[in-house]
Amino acid sequence: MKKESNLQKILKEGHFAVTAEAGPPRGCDPEIMYKKAGILKGYVDAVNVTDNQTAIVRMSSLAACSLVQQSGVEPILQMVVRDRNRIALQSDVLGAAALGITNMMCLSGDHQCFGNQPGAMGVFDLDSIQLIAAVKKMRDESKILGGDELTSAPQMFIGAAANPFADPLPFRVTRLAKKVKAGAGFIQTQCIYNLARFKEFMKMVTDQGLDRKVYILAGITPLKSAGMAKYMARKVAGMDIPEEIIRRMEGVPKADQPKEGISICLETIAALKKISGVSGIHIMAIEWEEAVPEIVSAAGLMNRGAGSV
Amino acid sequence: MITATRKSLDEIKNMIRPYTRVLVAGCGSCVAECAAGGEKEVAQLVSALSMAFKIEGGGPSLTEVTVDRQCVNIFLDELEDPTRSHDAVLSLACGAGVQALAERHADRNIFPALDTQFLGQTKSPGLWLENCLGCGQCKLFYFGAICPLGRCAKQLFNGPCGGSQNGKCETDSEKPCAWQLIIDRLDGLGALNRLEEIYEPCDWSLKQGRGPRKIEREDQQS
Repeated sequence: MKKESNLQKILKEGHFAVTAEAGPPRGCDPEIMYKKAGILKGYVDAVNVTDNQTAIVRMSSLAACSLVQQSGVEPILQMVVRDRNRIALQSDVLGAAALGITNMMCLSGDHQCFGNQPGAMGVFDLDSIQLIAAVKKMRDESKILGGDELTSAPQMFIGAAANPFADPLPFRVTRLAKKVKAGAGFIQTQCIYNLARFKEFMKMVTDQGLDRKVYILAGITPLKSAGMAKYMARKVAGMDIPEEIIRRMEGVPKADQPKEGISICLETIAALKKISGVSGIHIMAIEWEEAVPEIVSAAGLMNRGAGSV
Repeated sequence: MITATRKSLDEIKNMIRPYTRVLVAGCGSCVAECAAGGEKEVAQLVSALSMAFKIEGGGPSLTEVTVDRQCVNIFLDELEDPTRSHDAVLSLACGAGVQALAERHADRNIFPALDTQFLGQTKSPGLWLENCLGCGQCKLFYFGAICPLGRCAKQLFNGPCGGSQNGKCETDSEKPCAWQLIIDRLDGLGALNRLEEIYEPCDWSLKQGRGPRKIEREDQQS
């Protein structure tokens, strides 16, 4: 029960952390999660397991986290407030801790209108900041919302998201500060393609000293094709992909586009390492987990001094 | 006000087809304001139904009537006799009006002609917008008189979410992000610091705690 998060330990020791993402399948085959975890094992410090991302029904995040853990990889449980009320959310936090899960991400979740259940009721009983505060209360005070005592407190390294590319920019930093105040210990950002804007965001973050209160992992998504870049730019909420990136992807033959996507990714990582306040990176290789070992190796992040998972 | 839109002619026809004499009852308040269920809309609907049934070769005879408010018991007295002299009533009131009328007539079918929508405002002719959820605990003070429950697609008290771009909501690029509106308005009022506060979760027991709510006031009961 009192297991410590490896990710938290790595960040505390001042190492540059690397996390990745593994999306659960649209089915119940555990082998898919074992396979994804196997690809990432030894390359990253922890792996986010997404929670019905883009509002599409998938294997539950909690169950998939357990499978990832069985594979010897430390999971980060993503929890969105879209589908579950405060009873279910708090109950799942306890369940996760009981299974030995030590990290979680508190998120709003993509609106249900985007997925394959547009008729679903959007719960949004708590918002992401209220969920952070609730988990912190459970962990630090051994109490649930309303004040009832728990028989044992869940140990959770609490994460939250920040989108430096959503508007309005100055308020994004205020909202990050609210997440830190609520109890977030680490932040993973939206995928970064617009470095200028990210630098502007981080300047505001460091000016306010927020980087000293929370570990910020910069989000990266390797583009597999020009089509994917265009799709993400147009269809994915809160995404900012500058035209020059799309043109660069279009400028190479289709067969070479994955390679170009990885090159962009590596250049971004090199730039991110130099930005003050960045404690690590979070690689979201969407249905392309195989790209992660290559990126981590080529970015020179293999021997970071941290104990691998 | 309560807004509503009319159901399709086919859905309405299917409900009333088996009956001989149908009373088509309008409501002169909210649903008249939103041009869905007032006297004018009753006349239009009766004319469309008559035409449609004529083409089909017959249907119920239709009688028009409109009262001021179908959700207030004293106004329903006016519908007492007409309801008794018909087999069924097609009500163009909101859901509250349809139920209030039905409650008085255990032996009559009372059908809804409208889909009740939301509590909102008439923004301009032909445009109605939802802005209140009736949560039972008005928090407009904190949010610059723009309600995140009624107007944010995720009902966030500590927004905006990561889907707010260029002042628009992730669910619809035409729809303003309520949180952008809140921030702009509080900024203009010099009260942006109100948003540094972490707002507690909504107490839904005040909206749906023990099912339907009631307001009971002895001072109004004499």
